[in-house]
Amino acid sequence: MSKNTRIILICSGKGGVGKTTLTANLGIALARQGFRTAVLDADFGLRNLDLLLGLENRIVYTAQEVLEESCRLDQALVKHKQEPNLALLPAGNPRMLEWLKPEDMQRIVSMLIDDFDYVLIDCPAGVEDGFRNAVAASKEAIVVTNPEISAVRDADRVIGLLNTHSVEPIQLVLNRVRPKMIASQEMLSVNDVTDILALPLLGLVLEDEQVIVSTNRGEPLTLSSSKSPAARCYTNIAKRMQGEEIPIIDPSKEGSSIGDKFKRLMQTKIF
Amino acid sequence: MTMTLRDILNKLLGRQPSSASTARERLQLVLAHDRSDLSPELMEQMRREILEVVAKYVEIDIEAGAVSLETEDRMTALVANLPIRRPLAINSKIEEVSS
Repeated sequence: MSKNTRIILICSGKGGVGKTTLTANLGIALARQGFRTAVLDADFGLRNLDLLLGLENRIVYTAQEVLEESCRLDQALVKHKQEPNLALLPAGNPRMLEWLKPEDMQRIVSMLIDDFDYVLIDCPAGVEDGFRNAVAASKEAIVVTNPEISAVRDADRVIGLLNTHSVEPIQLVLNRVRPKMIASQEMLSVNDVTDILALPLLGLVLEDEQVIVSTNRGEPLTLSSSKSPAARCYTNIAKRMQGEEIPIIDPSKEGSSIGDKFKRLMQTKIF
Repeated sequence: MTMTLRDILNKLLGRQPSSASTARERLQLVLAHDRSDLSPELMEQMRREILEVVAKYVEIDIEAGAVSLETEDRMTALVANLPIRRPLAINSKIEEVSS
């Protein structure tokens, strides 16, 4: 049994903050770096990871058949054609939620660790059974949040639950960051969010229209050598996961025009 | 509560604070409550009881006393601000309490 496999839960509490997009992009980026990576869709109710990876038409079996032992694990895993280091284990029928137990998720993951360096688990939104099942199988976690009040609040709740399940380390990814809004203090800053949640920041992802374009095509941004802002952010996050030291630049502190400098001055904390 | 230069300027000019600092304040308050898992009713009950205990020793303004939750670095603290009118005669109180 490979003990070095990193089993990472990607969760957020709130829906729609970018868990699945992050899972798809990190999966591809890690695979491109040469790591055997499995992405596991633990969102049985509303699965979407297959779509973001462009693998929806190649699913034959799912985690459900694997658990029922009506197929082998390697039959259910969908290998990515361009990036064969990446495999998706699709979520089964939503009715699985009725009987799925934390032990089932642990069983699936224990089958994966022999053949993979990374197992990324795309967690469902919410803090109910689906979340609990996914947490039980995870060792570490990445909490995704947006610089929005509701997303940060839900992230805080999730962090509390992860702590009680002894998941660690827990790292933070701040998604959909808009530097201009932060500079004019109409959006929570990177520091505001890390101070409030008290988690180490693994990275931030800039708001980027290309994310929608890539979703439309089912080709994650990290798949091509895209130079789009979000693509660079995702790739840097994947590198930091390996312990590479890539500084996180605070985007609202960039710029050298007089206006930018004035905005920076206005962000000075007095007390 | 942190304040930026812009917040101070806004205050001086009588303008609304920036929405980011409003968000910060609202979050800190709501998270303190989320983390402690205390309902407003329980908070009020706790406030009353704390004040009653303190009132045994010093004369305080029961209505002005504020008990709130504040949070920093995932640590939540119970902060009580109890204005003391004047100390009571301590010795007689101790006897009263112990008897």
